[in-house]
Amino acid sequence: MIDLALVPDGGLSWLDGSGPQANVVLSTRVRLARNVNGVAFTSRAGPPDRARVLDLVDAAWRGSPFGRGSVRFLLDDLAPDDRLLLHERHLASRELTAAPSEREGGSGSAVYLSGSTGVMVNEEDHLRLQTLHSGLALGPAYAELERLDASLGGAIPFAFHSEFGYLTACPTNAGTGLRASVLIHLPGLVLTKEIAKVLQGLTQVGLTFRGLYGEGSEVVGNFFQLSNQTTLGKSEEELLDHLGKIVRQVVTYEEQARQVLLRDAPTIIEDKVWRAYGLLRHARSLSFEEAMNLLSGVRLGVGLNLIPGVGVYTLNKLLIFTQPAHLAAYETRVPGDTDARAARAAYVRRVLDEEAGRRA
Amino acid sequence: MTLCDTCGEREAVVHLTQIVDNTITTLHLCERCAAEKGVEMGAQVAKFPLGDFLASLGKSAVAGGAAAEAAASCPGCGAALADFRQTGRLGCARCYDTFEGHLRDLLRRLHGNTQHEGERYGAPSAGPVRRLTELQEQLRRAVAAEDFELAAQLRDAIRGLE
Repeated sequence: MIDLALVPDGGLSWLDGSGPQANVVLSTRVRLARNVNGVAFTSRAGPPDRARVLDLVDAAWRGSPFGRGSVRFLLDDLAPDDRLLLHERHLASRELTAAPSEREGGSGSAVYLSGSTGVMVNEEDHLRLQTLHSGLALGPAYAELERLDASLGGAIPFAFHSEFGYLTACPTNAGTGLRASVLIHLPGLVLTKEIAKVLQGLTQVGLTFRGLYGEGSEVVGNFFQLSNQTTLGKSEEELLDHLGKIVRQVVTYEEQARQVLLRDAPTIIEDKVWRAYGLLRHARSLSFEEAMNLLSGVRLGVGLNLIPGVGVYTLNKLLIFTQPAHLAAYETRVPGDTDARAARAAYVRRVLDEEAGRRA
Repeated sequence: MTLCDTCGEREAVVHLTQIVDNTITTLHLCERCAAEKGVEMGAQVAKFPLGDFLASLGKSAVAGGAAAEAAASCPGCGAALADFRQTGRLGCARCYDTFEGHLRDLLRRLHGNTQHEGERYGAPSAGPVRRLTELQEQLRRAVAAEDFELAAQLRDAIRGLE
């Protein structure tokens, strides 16, 4: 098993529940897509091309201020469970961690990590620089990436076009190569049935959204990722400003929806969040989806000051560690039960019991 | 690559997000299944232009220079427009020049613009000044972090460039 403890903070500092609006906005992720000039894009690159890209990134990363104390994972060396672990921890994309390692000569895929900032290598693009921050922190996140970009771009020749900007494998990323996304919890808007209106509005102002757990999955636990749709024709600052402005607006709507719920249906809401907490404290079997949805209820209760003494950090940690690969890596299965649901329920009970114990 | 939710064979190029009774579902469809399901490209073209555009690539309607592009293969990687049509991915940076006409069209439809307004890149070889600035910044950090071994190396590199 890979040791994610080697990554400073286990790459989990973005979960600490700090940062502006951390109760509603869990995290901010910014990534920049870059390609090495003169080398075929990853999908068309043979093993020697991929190896060359990896060598170039390796040297540039080590020579950068991010190199010291950092960790590298070569995807070809990892077992499927370990790849999944990286993905669940939001440190590598699904595409990268799903890459088949049986490719002759190796995929050359890798992740470099310095805390929550790093580079994915030989993903859809040669380089995907990315950083994760707690709360709504578009400015600091981009500033961090800009440093990394300058550093790597000073050592590796990036593919750049005077009209089209940074060139990417998929034209949807060309130009700035910048995709900023904000992970946001919107139970108030879902409960007041305002969410469809808000989400439809987002697509009209050039933003996209999807559920927390990647493309194709249904929205679980009322977590949404909002991100910029276009990458070309606007500066990085404009793209980030626009996203930030809209996210703050959505946070305001969410807060208003919560106040409406408290005002018009206080008993129903109080009952709902305490039931969620009660189930998590006592259930003996929890599916991932059920756990997510109950955690969403408790999170709402904490945000409304209805449930005292449960930290946002604890809730964030539960989101990560109740996922299948994390459970498999860190929790022993309940004897005689091959289903991970029992292990998940046991883990959640233990964490919430400890939290309640600290409070008592 | 994401496979089509319906046929499970071809790559999904149309990503359709639907909201029904506050439940959001996303369907990933290949071009053919999207057409069969009657996914309307006309009214929603601003939202899903890629699948539509890919569908029109290489069709006989294109004329002149565009037709030449449709028949060309990229000198950088050997990819043809048909490959892009199939995978939704370009083969290399030179594809942007080889298929410039088609791509300018596509980029305009995707982003509403084709002129990059963001940071401009100075390649390492073309920009010793940029490299110097970068090294000086690294040196400043190394000194601040009291990593004097690294600082010495950086100082030597800076002298070399100067």
